[in-house]
Amino acid sequence: MTTAPDFTLCEQLIVAASEAWRGNGELVATGIGPAPRLAAGLAKLTHTPELMMTDGEAFLVEDPVPIGPRGYDDRKAAGYLPFSRFFDAAVWSGKRHAMVTPSQIDRFGQTNISYLGGTYDQPKVQMLGARGFPGNSICHINSMFVPAHSKRVFVEGEVDMVSSVGYNPARRTPGVNFSRVDLRLIVTDLCVMDFGGKDKAIRVVMLHPGVTFEQVQDATGFALEAATEVATTPAPTAEQLAIIARLDPHGLRAGVLKDNPAGKRS
Amino acid sequence: MLERELNKQVTIEQFVASLKSGMTIGIAGWGPRRKPMALVRAILRSDLTDLTIVAYGGPDVGMLCAAGKVKKVIFGFVSMDAIPLEPYFRKSREAGGLDIFELDEGMLQWGLKAAAFRLPFLPTHVGLGTDVMTHGGFKTVQSPYADGEVLLAMPALKLDAALLHVQRADRLGNIQALGPDTYYDEWFARAADRTFVSAEEVVDRMDHSYPEDARANIVERCFVHAVIEAPFGAHPTSMPPAYGWDMKQLKAYAASAREEAGWDAYAADIIGADEADYLARVGGKDAVVALPLPIF
Repeated sequence: MTTAPDFTLCEQLIVAASEAWRGNGELVATGIGPAPRLAAGLAKLTHTPELMMTDGEAFLVEDPVPIGPRGYDDRKAAGYLPFSRFFDAAVWSGKRHAMVTPSQIDRFGQTNISYLGGTYDQPKVQMLGARGFPGNSICHINSMFVPAHSKRVFVEGEVDMVSSVGYNPARRTPGVNFSRVDLRLIVTDLCVMDFGGKDKAIRVVMLHPGVTFEQVQDATGFALEAATEVATTPAPTAEQLAIIARLDPHGLRAGVLKDNPAGKRS
Repeated sequence: MLERELNKQVTIEQFVASLKSGMTIGIAGWGPRRKPMALVRAILRSDLTDLTIVAYGGPDVGMLCAAGKVKKVIFGFVSMDAIPLEPYFRKSREAGGLDIFELDEGMLQWGLKAAAFRLPFLPTHVGLGTDVMTHGGFKTVQSPYADGEVLLAMPALKLDAALLHVQRADRLGNIQALGPDTYYDEWFARAADRTFVSAEEVVDRMDHSYPEDARANIVERCFVHAVIEAPFGAHPTSMPPAYGWDMKQLKAYAASAREEAGWDAYAADIIGADEADYLARVGGKDAVVALPLPIF
């Protein structure tokens, strides 16, 4: 029997996050940030080869592009999906599943990347603006990656500015078709959650080895549900680790989690 | 010689003199990518003020805010990619001095399309259920068909002027943008009363010089009202395939926002008296052409 290799918690999270895209078929898998992007690449190279992916700029690639510095022309284009076609061909047509890292997430799965604190006219901290979040959330599948699970991210009330649609009944304008709002996984440094609770409530489905439900609850600003059977997040396989290493030749994943902790086996 | 020869070429001074304070100006490009920065710098050096800026914003929006040129920003985001938060836009908005109309990225191009098609609005799902709807004052419409769906009515974003920067233009207003992505430049042009296009190179006739690249003609010349020759006119933003963004300059610009009177110092040190002065201050032609293309 061979000894399983050592791995980091970040690598364990990348493997867990790649599960978000399992069986999604032919749609654009977008991972924003190093870990989600590695997770999307891993998904395409293992369980869901039909996934589509861009080089991060304008071209569709069949071989996921390694992250970090590389030769500009190293990526081999198989297709074309520039920003000028993105809303027509990926977002508004529902042919996409994005994994993003919002600054705030509330109990309804509503997120915020626009501003923190203060008012719309004078925010305390200006962030990016809503970017594509309103459209993404009402048009296609979305998942989230949270590298530091805390009450600052998982807020007690509503997020400061609702940038993406969640499952808040109070915001369901009558007559509007919200049927395409489809939130899947939230992968954090403590656990994996989904929206399988009562009325799409956020629910813990997996705990990373050594983490308890109480610990997750204490780091969350709202009451969480737990799946009937909460699983333990599996360790990456040697094959998965090799793919992750190939897609991240400069080791950028070491900077995703504070102090880059080691992963744990159950 | 034709009796009436079409010639849309103007100088950068003529361009800026034709704008007026209070105008709504759309700036093409995307974040720190292929922004018409020479035209933006001409505005920075002018007396123009009270502008409404419509943009997928980058340092264009930040610099205009820093220089006190802006009354209102209509945006989907303002970011410099590798420097995610635009420092001067952030400062201006946090000071409470800006009118804000925050849109989803897709809504912005939809509003430009409505203006281009001369429609009062275009319907969309996007924005519904979010605070973009709450703060934007949008109205809804109901589908008159059997589905009866309620949709957000994205109002037309009519522009007094649109600014673009591309590789090539001719005197007739034929333009070519060669990079891998042309963003929503064509819709800024079609949404505007007057479109000003700066180019790395202006030729007499595109068909005589670059007929093989006609597919790079991103918008028809009836939507181009003036062309301006502005070599390196996208710097410090990226201009693929010719040159990348200048991260050293963008970082210096961002760092200036943390200093007392930082913008005044940056403007005096870098923006300069004209484009030739600017180019010399950022290292000259050779330094710009050597900038590597960004990797995403």
